[in-house]
Amino acid sequence: MSNEVKIVKEEENFQKNEQYQLTMIPGAFARRLRTCVIFQFIRFIIINIKMIIVVSKSH
Amino acid sequence: MARLVVLGGGVAGHTTATFAAKWLGSDHEVVVVTPNAKWNWIPSNIWVGVGQMTKKDVTFDLAPVYAKAGIDYRQAKAVSLNPEGSESSDKPFVTIEYTSADKAGETENIEYDYIVNATGPKLNFGATPGLGEGSQLGEHTVSVCTADHAVHASEKLQEAIEKMKGGTRQKFLIGTGHGMCTCQGAAFEYIFNIEHELRKAGVRDMADIKWISNESFLGDFGMGGLHMKVGGYVVSSKLFAESLYAERNIEWLIGAHVSKVEQGKVAYELLDGSTGEETFDFAMLIPPFAGVGLKAYNKSGEDITDTVFAPNGFMKVDADYTPKPYAEWKASDWPRTYQNPTYKNMFAAGIAFAPPHLISKPMKSPNGTPINPTPPRTGMPSGIIGKAVAHSVCDMITKGENAHLHEASMAEMGAACVASAGKGIFTGTAAAMTVYPVVPDFEKYPGTGRDTDYTFGEIGLAGHWIKHILHHLFIYKAKLNPGWTLIPE
Repeated sequence: MSNEVKIVKEEENFQKNEQYQLTMIPGAFARRLRTCVIFQFIRFIIINIKMIIVVSKSH
Repeated sequence: MARLVVLGGGVAGHTTATFAAKWLGSDHEVVVVTPNAKWNWIPSNIWVGVGQMTKKDVTFDLAPVYAKAGIDYRQAKAVSLNPEGSESSDKPFVTIEYTSADKAGETENIEYDYIVNATGPKLNFGATPGLGEGSQLGEHTVSVCTADHAVHASEKLQEAIEKMKGGTRQKFLIGTGHGMCTCQGAAFEYIFNIEHELRKAGVRDMADIKWISNESFLGDFGMGGLHMKVGGYVVSSKLFAESLYAERNIEWLIGAHVSKVEQGKVAYELLDGSTGEETFDFAMLIPPFAGVGLKAYNKSGEDITDTVFAPNGFMKVDADYTPKPYAEWKASDWPRTYQNPTYKNMFAAGIAFAPPHLISKPMKSPNGTPINPTPPRTGMPSGIIGKAVAHSVCDMITKGENAHLHEASMAEMGAACVASAGKGIFTGTAAAMTVYPVVPDFEKYPGTGRDTDYTFGEIGLAGHWIKHILHHLFIYKAKLNPGWTLIPE
């Protein structure tokens, strides 16, 4: 059995403050998606469509 | 020829005045009274406050725009209303005091046939000792409520960054400066933009960042929070807000009424009645809002301010102001036409109308201190209300005073909101959200109070692109450039 320490950078904040321990923190993949240009371009179109629907229902 | 006077040139007032001028043409007169020489796209003040935009980027001169629209523009503040006229005339009038350099301090009575109060809020810094005296920004904290405040905040932020580069640790405290504040969204944007800029400057490890607000839970935003569908679950905004704070290593202190601000330190009271102090090197605390302090007089000169305005200074409209417990609040309490119940030629739009009650659950500390967010009425709802009011007034002028009034209840309209969490064309992020309706309707949507098919939120670069596009789009619209009416509020 290896004693190697497994460091997951995205999970380090859970130990920085008690407040953080009971919430969710995004992992590396979710974070990368947030600034992935291709994925975000698709989300851009989808969010705009959703917003246009809400705006049109509100006028 | 009828005369419409619009008090205020912000989102609601500008929308009302420009649409009314377009629809009424030269047959009638539209007058705008606003103390400001410039229009300000307030949502982008966040980026001015972190040095990513300049004051010029978020403002423009009102005079040429109103000249183009055929609007009579008075750079002045409204002082009082005489909705019944005076002893010598039945014609209602508003007393204004000029703020422009050439006529500063001069007063004038402007008669009107219809009036729309869209003055926005008084930034009530004076409500918290040390936050600001005489409702001016205090010396201990900064603000992003106006473009000038944001420029000042940016300068102070750069000073803090230089100190950190020199090896001095800095504590940042961002949030609300009183138990009855609204506009948590602006503070939310500012704290994450600061965190983003500190990372870009390479000094994030030298900064402690803390959120302090009057919300009873993170993600309340003055709307009682919201629920959205994510991954097959319907999830509270609390979970997402806490997640973002934890991810960015930002501590939070909630349910807090800031009772006093001193150099480098605030005193607060919490919802459990306990008190404490929080230190800071840099603090941006949003002040509470109040009405601008307009007075009202009847024909014989008697003060009728209490008839026209609620105790907080906002104008009474067609809302149900009957005091009632939270369990009895209804969507139908909220106004639909924004017409003053006493004077039918008087309307209020945007922040200037008195809401019937909070949206968030009312809370008090055991000491009796109210600590809860007050309802937001900015942005998209302000614009939609302003346009509906313009429609109603134009119809009353052209079809008669009994014309059908247009409706825009916040309990029936949605709102799109994009909260920046950092600026950058490829590195920026923002939380793009919609809520439908703004005011929860638990009779129509018994679970969450809102339609979860149209209430959603997600954070990412796409949101940042949308916020950046909206910045240019709304300034383009406000300048009345070609096709401006096609851009929705």
